[in-house]
Amino acid sequence: MSMHSENSRQGKLFSWLDERLGLSEIAHLARKKQVPIHRHTVWYYFGGMTLFLFILQVATGILLLLYYRPSSGEAYESIQFLMTEVQFGWLIRSIHSWSANLMIFVAFVHMFSVLLLKAYRSPREITWLSGAALLALVLAFGFTGYLLPWNELAYFATRVGTEIPGVLPLVGGFLRRLLRGGDEVTGATLTRFYGIHVAILPAVSTGILLLHLWMVQKHGMSVPPSVLGGGGGKRSMPFFPNFMLRDLVGWLSALAALAALAAYYPAELGDKADPFEPAPIGIKPEWYFMFMFKTLKYLPGTILGIEGELIGIVGFGLAGLFLFLIPFLDRRSSRGWPSPLFTCVGLLLILYMVALTILGYLEVPTQ
Amino acid sequence: MANEVLDPEVTRRGFVNWLLGTGAAAFFLSVFYPISRYLIPPRVEESTARSVTLALKARDIKVNTGQIFRFGNRPAILIRTPAGEIRAFSAVCTHLACIVQYRADLSHIWCACHNGHFDLHGKNIAGPPPKPLEEYTVNVRTEQVIVSKKS
Repeated sequence: MSMHSENSRQGKLFSWLDERLGLSEIAHLARKKQVPIHRHTVWYYFGGMTLFLFILQVATGILLLLYYRPSSGEAYESIQFLMTEVQFGWLIRSIHSWSANLMIFVAFVHMFSVLLLKAYRSPREITWLSGAALLALVLAFGFTGYLLPWNELAYFATRVGTEIPGVLPLVGGFLRRLLRGGDEVTGATLTRFYGIHVAILPAVSTGILLLHLWMVQKHGMSVPPSVLGGGGGKRSMPFFPNFMLRDLVGWLSALAALAALAAYYPAELGDKADPFEPAPIGIKPEWYFMFMFKTLKYLPGTILGIEGELIGIVGFGLAGLFLFLIPFLDRRSSRGWPSPLFTCVGLLLILYMVALTILGYLEVPTQ
Repeated sequence: MANEVLDPEVTRRGFVNWLLGTGAAAFFLSVFYPISRYLIPPRVEESTARSVTLALKARDIKVNTGQIFRFGNRPAILIRTPAGEIRAFSAVCTHLACIVQYRADLSHIWCACHNGHFDLHGKNIAGPPPKPLEEYTVNVRTEQVIVSKKS
């Protein structure tokens, strides 16, 4: 009797909400969504994993805001206070830092899996473009967030990083001033990077993320041509709850791994930035910029009368543009034909990035 | 036929569309112009100092060492060569603007960021730097070290 009245009360609440929110439409959509099952299904999890880590970044980032002070006189000290005095301050900052690294790694894995499985082909061009934009934004998050502790490594990484667009002819000087908030890396740069990191990038990312998720929802998961060609890709599982629960296992594992990393390898702070000290020996950028850093180190001062760094920077710009436009360049994939050339390009890109990153970590700092 | 006669005329709809379009353009311009100007940092008065007197005595500078000092609002490096000469250069690497240091083991100037090497005249000798470091004039008057820009 009591159960019956409870059910009917729930039913009443549901129908009241349903009339106003359209809940049954959402439930209908969730029931309809299917995820194909084939030998490459595992790669579908990396997008969701990136999203989970992004949410974690937002949550820990908001917590860090409560103690952080964005000025060159106070930033370093406020983080020192956070790490030593605030209860679990070390945990929140370490998870933010580790999760940032993991998110960038997972985003790269997601991008390369989409590239190699040709999931960018028609009609998913906008999914790819928005995804590529999100990857660039994630790197921008990494670059701007790195400066905020205002330590020595961050200071020099930012000096070099903001000098890079400065090398471009005509607009270079203007871009450098715009990024730095002045001619040099100073407290003005810190305030600017802070605003970009905690307001501008999150706002832009959220907009593009919604577009990306909407596109994924609209077109469904892409089945790779290699699977379709073999007559596969017909089996599927419901997104809710089957795929979602598998996703959750991954997310919980990631959270556990992050907690362990944060506890055993807490984020470091280093020495406070001093604009009148030489760059420290063994200075390195974050691992995800290492391949570019190492390339710039290998390039000689001038190549055929042009500054080597300019060639390097324009080269990276063109490579990025090529990656961005791949859905429109790979004509074979969009017709459903095999496209070994673009598979090779993807593999070479991975090989180049991995090889230069390893070389970067193997080098002796004083040579 | 009637249309052909009317087409060159300004229609009421055409005029309203033109007014709306121009109004919208003017509106966006009036919003985004101040924002774009706001984002460009104002010019801060650069230190115009052409020379600086260092707070150290010439005899205290050891042979085969280097140190960073402030020249206006930029870092500069003062070195004493193994031969005993005192020289000064801009400490901003000509590659990507890191701050250079003196390497006693190599007896020349080195940038840690991208492994750039400069000789004792500030000339780029190895690695990615495309240009030599700017050299300053060093004058020693009764133990006082005065560094000035070359005219």
